[in-house]
Amino acid sequence: MKASIRKIATFVEETRNEMGRAIDPPTRRAAAVAVIENPYAGKYVEDLSELMTIGEELGELLTLRAVAALGIAATSVESYGKAAAVGENGEIEHAAAILHPKLGAPVRRVLGKGAALIPSSKKRGGMGIALDIPLGHKDAAFVRSHFDGMEVRINDAPRANEIVVAVAITDSGRPLARVGGLTKDQIKGEDGLR
Amino acid sequence: MPEVQVRKKFTAVEEIFHEGGPVASVPLRRAAALAVIHNPFAGRYVEEIAGFMDDLKPLGLEMARSLVAALGGDPKVVEGYGKGAIVGAAGELEHGALWHVPGGYAMREILGAAKAIVAATKKVGGPGTRLDVPITHINASYVRSHFDAMEVGLADAPRADEVLLALVMTTGPRVHARVGGLKASEIKGEDGLR
Repeated sequence: MKASIRKIATFVEETRNEMGRAIDPPTRRAAAVAVIENPYAGKYVEDLSELMTIGEELGELLTLRAVAALGIAATSVESYGKAAAVGENGEIEHAAAILHPKLGAPVRRVLGKGAALIPSSKKRGGMGIALDIPLGHKDAAFVRSHFDGMEVRINDAPRANEIVVAVAITDSGRPLARVGGLTKDQIKGEDGLR
Repeated sequence: MPEVQVRKKFTAVEEIFHEGGPVASVPLRRAAALAVIHNPFAGRYVEEIAGFMDDLKPLGLEMARSLVAALGGDPKVVEGYGKGAIVGAAGELEHGALWHVPGGYAMREILGAAKAIVAATKKVGGPGTRLDVPITHINASYVRSHFDAMEVGLADAPRADEVLLALVMTTGPRVHARVGGLKASEIKGEDGLR
């Protein structure tokens, strides 16, 4: 593996009740997060291909971890998202190199499908910084019930020369979704949008 | 006493490979289970609250079991533990103290013969409050290599009328423990201290 991983964290969240209403079955989501060394910290490097390869590795590893943490079949995943936080000695472009060129293909391979764009966010910051991972339906980006976000943070990362990389998945949309729009049973699944 | 109403459950697992030193042959794993419950005593002073400790026991057992499951299913791998609570703004610190008995009982029940007192902390705070849950060895409080802490918290909890309950378990010493003191191999196991 190209990535030098210091730590992997997984988070699972299950909502059973919201505003006094039972959520049955509960909505569940998971994030897997890796803390890696940034090979380009502290210097300008033109060719970011090593981080792209690392992104490919982490796409598979983190998706497998998140699915295992949620304890469901990979094909039952309904929405997904990804995010990265670069430590202070790196550039925002380093997050882009991990997230965009190669991370998505292994995510979709693990899940079996994934016609929609994987929503993403990125930032630079210090240890304990919160990542709000955007979430969207994996086969149709316009499914309104599945627009969501999951906050993750690791108190001791990223150090200045590190990058935090996260993949999040769900088995459901928001707990009490009721603002209309495209519903998941209306998905055509042709263009990744509807 | 009132029924325990759970709004949300959350599990976090960290797998730590190194912290700048030699890569551990067996990574340290730390897990936290959180539950966000309605505070039945929020908004007023209630004198008799102690009965709620019994009501919390089943939830404690569920959380302790989920921690062992998150660490692979074998209670024998657990070497450290701790617990904590964050009480929402309409409650009092004493409501957090209700977690001492059911939280500790639950982990001892699941782990078998754990002898040491379960380290604990608590506070009153708003949504997003972070809590550093202290961790000590399950059989001897003085084992220096196992003194640790795990930061936990949730962006949307506790609301004013909620309590966030936490249990934490670890599988070993700090990843690069080297400050001496009583070793796990030297435990007498008579008094829970040494």
